[in-house]
Amino acid sequence: MSKELIRLEDCSMAFDGELVLDSIDLCIKDSEFLTLLGPSGCGKTTTLRIIGGFQKPSSGTVLFDGVRINDVPPYKRQVNTVFQRYALFPHLDVYDNIAFGLRIAKLPEPELSMRVGEMLEMTGLKGFEERKVDSLSGGQMQRVAIARALVNRPKVLLLDEPLGALDLRLRKDMQNELKRIQQQLGITFIYVTHDQEEALTMSDTVVVMDKGKIQQIGTPEDVYNEPENAFVADFIGESNIIDGIMAADYQVEFFGKKFVCEDKGFGPREPVDVVIRPEDIDIVPADAGHLCGTVTNITFKGVHYDIIVDFKGFKWLIQSTDYQPIGEYIGIRLNPNDIHIMKKSVYSGMFGDYSSYSAEYDEISDSDIEYEDIEEETLYEE
Amino acid sequence: MKNRWLSGPYIVWMALFTVIPLIIILFFAFTDSINGGFTLKNITSIEAYLPILLRSVWLAALSALICLIIGYPVSWTIAQAKPGRQRFLYMLVMLPMSISFLLRTLAWVALLEDTGIINNILGSLGIDPLPLIRNNGAVILGMVYNYLPYMILPLYTVIMKIDYRLVEAAQDLGCSSGKVFLKVTLPLSVPGIVSGITMVFVPAVSTFYISQKLGSTGTVLIGDVIESQFKTAYNPNLGAALSLVLMVIVLICVSIMNRFTTDDESVATL
Repeated sequence: MSKELIRLEDCSMAFDGELVLDSIDLCIKDSEFLTLLGPSGCGKTTTLRIIGGFQKPSSGTVLFDGVRINDVPPYKRQVNTVFQRYALFPHLDVYDNIAFGLRIAKLPEPELSMRVGEMLEMTGLKGFEERKVDSLSGGQMQRVAIARALVNRPKVLLLDEPLGALDLRLRKDMQNELKRIQQQLGITFIYVTHDQEEALTMSDTVVVMDKGKIQQIGTPEDVYNEPENAFVADFIGESNIIDGIMAADYQVEFFGKKFVCEDKGFGPREPVDVVIRPEDIDIVPADAGHLCGTVTNITFKGVHYDIIVDFKGFKWLIQSTDYQPIGEYIGIRLNPNDIHIMKKSVYSGMFGDYSSYSAEYDEISDSDIEYEDIEEETLYEE
Repeated sequence: MKNRWLSGPYIVWMALFTVIPLIIILFFAFTDSINGGFTLKNITSIEAYLPILLRSVWLAALSALICLIIGYPVSWTIAQAKPGRQRFLYMLVMLPMSISFLLRTLAWVALLEDTGIINNILGSLGIDPLPLIRNNGAVILGMVYNYLPYMILPLYTVIMKIDYRLVEAAQDLGCSSGKVFLKVTLPLSVPGIVSGITMVFVPAVSTFYISQKLGSTGTVLIGDVIESQFKTAYNPNLGAALSLVLMVIVLICVSIMNRFTTDDESVATL
């Protein structure tokens, strides 16, 4: 995790006049696990395809090990890809699928079979050599796709929503396995997903994207605890986002009250977005609270309850393991490290209000298969 | 069980116009033309027509191969085009088929004749007339021209269905565009190739009109012989026997072709 391997400088991409990537600057270090995270159509797949060589940026530079590779075709790059929906060769069996790249590279047969064997071992596919790929389950196809890419010993492995088509349980297993493989091989993984939990679990670095722009780059802890703007705060985890004003360094004012916080360096009385994570809020009796509100909804989520509390017309989401009956007047306490201050951005006011709360919010942001149709259609017309 | 009735019309049709005629052909092939008794004479006398039979198979196979060579790039181009353009190109391929087969063949006669359009133009340029018609070349030209759409359509259908991601996967794994074709596109289009060759070969091997109009006495095909046995020589027994042998040859050829595809991807033929 030291030296820089790939760098995108001011990369833009437009399809039919529509800007899909807007001046991206991104630096990827050697042997890190980097995730491009964002909703569908945010440009994450396009970024991946630019690194893979399937697309040339409309403008900007792509550097690999310091060398400009804009015009290097995919087959000459030291990069391999695990495609969305696998893209295994249906006319070849498992062994020949995995051996494909080595055969193209004209590797001598003994070494070839040794390396394919290693991959079969690592991905737990021993015994499946002769199987037709269309007779495999989703998880097995996924393993073949990974083995087929890794057998070429690339410097970088690109993964395009590789777990999107798998069910939840299998997805969790594969997440762990991918992380294990990445650490074992010590190569760079660039992973595309719309699943924030997946991104937080696996990555060294998370790149949050929206509308063709990078919103934030940081460690999973950074992007969760210190979101740059309302979009990041909302997309990663759940957030209550409130309009506030910085009264002074370490002091923010919202709902007509002043709270101590850990942020400084804002202008005098600068309007800001205040992020408060639902799980950070402590529920106390009404007379002991910093703020008081009425419970309007409660949903059991397994580990905790999702409680919607109305504070003067603004509804917050609070996650607590204690049950609160609807209509109860409760108080909350906020510690300085529960309050995170963000500068105002184009996303201010768009997120963080739970007035239209529905119990399904999890499922909506976590749909099983979400292909980036708009991007793909434009791609294949070339 | 009710669904069985849906195939009723087809079964009746097959029985009336395929099974019964086939039985009649079998009957004629093994009966004597004079006394109507059982005989193998018709079958054994086919030996005399063996060169013609072989020539028919040879010319039909050659036509199928030429159709493949011409048709594959065309199909590939159509399959790669944008949807709107695809429909237009597809229509262009289909368009000649909307004009009568006989008329199209006669048009070639008018073009290729010694006093035809091409030789007239050459003559006006001071070039001696070329022997463009009444040879194997003209027969093959006629076959290729008439049956090319039957090659292009199945190929186009198969190539269009190839997932573009597989092409990208091959590029990703080190294939230049030439290798992508050899390692991925071509193997995956084998079902279309098999079906196209079959659909060109089968009508071409039994054609008679093309060879009559564009060929000479030296390029008589088995289809011509069969036709003449029924119409001019009035020996339907020999004609039936020849048809039967031709059918067996075609079936053998088709089953050999189908070995190139696995069970689930073979395109139903015949």
